[in-house]
Amino acid sequence: MIPRPKPERFRLRRTMMFMNAQKPGLIKDAYIYGCDSIMLDLEDAVAENQKDAARFSLYHALKTIDYGGTEVIVRINGLDTPHWQEDIRVCVAGGADGIRIAKCESAQDVLTVEKAVEAAEEEFGVEKGRTLLMAALESPKGILNAYEICAASPRMFGVAISGGDFRKCMQTKPQPDGVDMLVARGQMLIAARAAGIQCFDTVFTNLDDQAGFEAEVLQNKAMGFDGKSLINPKQIRFVHEVFAPTEKEILQAEKIVRAYREQSAAGVGVFTVDGKMIDIAFIPGAERTLKLARACGLWEGDLV
Amino acid sequence: MEIVKPAMAGTLESSDAQIMVEPGENGIELFLKSSVMNQYGRQIKATVLETLERLGVKNARVTVVDKGALDCTLKARVECAVFRSADASEKDIPWGGAVR
Repeated sequence: MIPRPKPERFRLRRTMMFMNAQKPGLIKDAYIYGCDSIMLDLEDAVAENQKDAARFSLYHALKTIDYGGTEVIVRINGLDTPHWQEDIRVCVAGGADGIRIAKCESAQDVLTVEKAVEAAEEEFGVEKGRTLLMAALESPKGILNAYEICAASPRMFGVAISGGDFRKCMQTKPQPDGVDMLVARGQMLIAARAAGIQCFDTVFTNLDDQAGFEAEVLQNKAMGFDGKSLINPKQIRFVHEVFAPTEKEILQAEKIVRAYREQSAAGVGVFTVDGKMIDIAFIPGAERTLKLARACGLWEGDLV
Repeated sequence: MEIVKPAMAGTLESSDAQIMVEPGENGIELFLKSSVMNQYGRQIKATVLETLERLGVKNARVTVVDKGALDCTLKARVECAVFRSADASEKDIPWGGAVR
């Protein structure tokens, strides 16, 4: 039995790779790819008549395989299926770090899952509150209710959009400039930031279109996403590169944090660094850059 | 558990195993075929028998076609087949109890 450390609500999640929980060949060594999180899927990747088998397979993978520092999230079946309750029991019993709620449309959906998670934590003697939650928004209603979903529970660490289902609802297809989902991505990001949780973009499914994939990742970063869902290990490296801070950003952040500590110790609230005005509002961003830089192996300081 | 009717779980893909359980009357009758028989045959047999014992299966004909499955996969497939044979694989699984 591999005891997993207590999940962290806020950690680095640049890449979240989907894997079919029913396929032993995939899940047995998923940690070697170096993505920040893996998403073991009980939902769409698993055929309707193999849902039971996927749970047995998931349980033993969670209990036996040492995923190391890779976060392990499980995507459960929708609340409109007969599967989700047993899905939650197996996730909690196996000690998954978090659960992704598929097709989430309201705060009530989050609360329904939370209640079942709490019951399972009690049943299996798992520390109350250990199992984190995230929601996938897959419909116009989910996007419209994004804020109440994001703020529904202290277990919520993030929210993600699911492009396939959403575009279907909106009668559109992927566009090279992302205009098909621009408003939805924007609304979800605002909701996530307002609620203080993380925000992840959808998968890019055309593995032959590397240029299209890269353009989308660059747009994700520019819009302020924390990370992206992936379907193939070959997509990981580019996302990590794009989401890593540049050398200039790291130096700047280090300077800002240092200057802020010196100045505030001397009783000064607003000052300039390299000709730019700096006050307390810049500090969380600079600290975040340094933490990210350390996680990417680009910085070894001890300021944060 | 009693093997009520024939049931199967698993696939013939690499790293997986396909398990078939059928009602029997002479204890556990195990038929094993494996792509790694020479290296791991004994270990596979032991894992399958141990899992059946934990589930309280006393009589069954069990056919295993192994394609290099890890122990955790073997256990998962045996358990799923046994629960399916009793029509009990969909809910209220004793995670951490008989299934562990």
